[in-house]
Amino acid sequence: MSDKRIKVLIAKPGLDGHDRGAKVIARGLKEAGMEVVYTGLRKTPDDIVRAAIQEDVDVIGLSILSGAHKHLFPEVMKKLKEEGAGDVVVISGGIIPEEDHQFLKDLGIEGIFTPGTPIKEIVDFIEENVN
Amino acid sequence: MSDKEYKKKEKNWREGTYKNTVDSYGERKEEFKTDTGVKLDPLYTKSDIEDIDEKEDIGFPGEYPFTRGVYPTMYRSRLWTMRQYAGFGTAEETNERFRYLLDQGQTGLSVAFDLPTQIGYDSDNELAQGEVGKVGVAIDTLADMETLFDQIPLDKVSTSMTINAPAGVLLAMYIVVAEKQGVDPEEIAGTIQNDILKEYIARGTYIYPPEESLKLITDIFEYCSKNTPRWNTISISGYHIREAGSDAVQELAFTLADGIEYVQKAVDIGMDVDDFAPRLSFFFNAQMNLLEEVAKFRAARRLWAEIMEERFGAKKEKSKMLRFHTQTAGAALTAQQPMNNIMRVTLQALAAALGGTQSLHTNSYDEALSLPTEESVKIALRTQQLIAHESGVADTIDPLAGSYYVENMTDRFVKEAKEYIDKIDEFGGMAEAIEAGYVQREIQDSAYKYQKKIEEKERVVVGVNEFVEEDEKAKADIMKVDEKVEQSQKEKLNEVKEKRDSEAVKKHLKEIRKAAENGDNVMYPIVDAVREYASLGEISNVLRDVYGEYEAQNF
Repeated sequence: MSDKRIKVLIAKPGLDGHDRGAKVIARGLKEAGMEVVYTGLRKTPDDIVRAAIQEDVDVIGLSILSGAHKHLFPEVMKKLKEEGAGDVVVISGGIIPEEDHQFLKDLGIEGIFTPGTPIKEIVDFIEENVN
Repeated sequence: MSDKEYKKKEKNWREGTYKNTVDSYGERKEEFKTDTGVKLDPLYTKSDIEDIDEKEDIGFPGEYPFTRGVYPTMYRSRLWTMRQYAGFGTAEETNERFRYLLDQGQTGLSVAFDLPTQIGYDSDNELAQGEVGKVGVAIDTLADMETLFDQIPLDKVSTSMTINAPAGVLLAMYIVVAEKQGVDPEEIAGTIQNDILKEYIARGTYIYPPEESLKLITDIFEYCSKNTPRWNTISISGYHIREAGSDAVQELAFTLADGIEYVQKAVDIGMDVDDFAPRLSFFFNAQMNLLEEVAKFRAARRLWAEIMEERFGAKKEKSKMLRFHTQTAGAALTAQQPMNNIMRVTLQALAAALGGTQSLHTNSYDEALSLPTEESVKIALRTQQLIAHESGVADTIDPLAGSYYVENMTDRFVKEAKEYIDKIDEFGGMAEAIEAGYVQREIQDSAYKYQKKIEEKERVVVGVNEFVEEDEKAKADIMKVDEKVEQSQKEKLNEVKEKRDSEAVKKHLKEIRKAAENGDNVMYPIVDAVREYASLGEISNVLRDVYGEYEAQNF
């Protein structure tokens, strides 16, 4: 690992207002030594990609509990590629049914963390996958 | 036994019998704490309720301060209303689920709206894409609402609607559907959530800034006090505050502080407190700690009664009664070993029944995975029926009263919630405390502490951090919303727009604008506009234009 701190954008795509998980993860990652930016609620895929580029993050964590992930996540991934930021590691969390996991993995979202995941597991995943 | 003798015996027990055993064998843990962090005594006795005035603080059911229940007979006359929150996809599908639930013995309806509806966007709005019909039913115009309540007699059922920023519009639609069924608005019964403050704090479906939102709420209070006397104009909700991670005391304190803000605003515009306070209702969470939750519900009644009498000078008894709906805790549901959630929900629902709730929603065991299936919803409803009819807890009023522990905890909740309310008063009220980020930060701190406790196994969650099954198989039959909903909803909206009298719609939208600009009550023109099939998005956009939109800060 390089000595640069890992920088993470925690993002809430769509209209979903549940951000307890997003905030808890943001804090947990900070305590694990990462730099974390939280977008706040109701961000469009455009907003998220713009913020990721502006903040020059290594990781984007998408949190969604409304079931709109199959619509919103592909948009985020497409825009990231278009903007030349396809190397950013994208992970996700929230209510994401098991049967959708392969769909997200095919998009390039390898880390899918559903309720009950310890923060440490997410930290380990990020550290392994960045760089 | 005299008091003196009792005290002596108690001292002997603590310092002798108990201590000797602990010294020899120890206990399971170094210290025992409630979920709110209160260190527990090994035993509660008469000494722990010495400071409680039985007559003043506990009283009798149906009498001030209502600690033992708001009604004189409670569940001996009528059980709580079994009200399952439901809604998904189109109005047709949700109507079908409603009629299924009524057939299964459910006694009231509770509508879940999709996120675009909750934020005042029509289904064809760009921001709505991917969200239409997902977490609730999509409603664009009166036509959808007519379908939603097709063959459901609105003079017979009561309906709760989880709708906040656009609450006035949905209520207006409900009133017009009732009219069309031939039901007088004076007869309709139900609740709109209409609690915007907790949206800024915890739930996120706000549209307008606080001041304008509070104006909309007082417009509704005023309109309903004249037109729909059986309608609960607000459901002041701690549920989502708790879901966002608060502890039980914070849930209680922040909810009542929200209530104080609403009452103050209505009083400030010159309303008589006794004209609207009887229609205020509350909504709490039932989490896992059974006895702590019961104490919370009892404390809520007592504290609200005191607030209404002492702070607002309410005269009518009904103005002082805290009537509440309960939902079991969504955040307590686990994705791991989901069947265990049935037992969790049973304990939580039991707390609500022992706490004297007026209505109850029990969560389905598969909700950490997806929306519930028809089968899982049925088990959740059966859980309530079983508690109501088999457990015996509904047969005598407030059966836990007099328990040294429960009374001590009830009293403690009242005191600790008061301290929070004092702090919020120092900010100048709840709107100011939210603006300063105080409430949000308190909740976030609690949420993080809770997570840490689970990760450090200070708190055991069966199937998650203990008793884990490594090779667990995923649950196969989960509920899916048809992706075609979005398209069919857009088509329906277009059809309605083509058929309606667009001149009339324009005229009424203008009237809404005028009322909003002049600070008049917007409910009257909204009712006229929905009758002509003006859409939720159109009406909300007029108000967005006049009121502006709320931009949240992160704390």
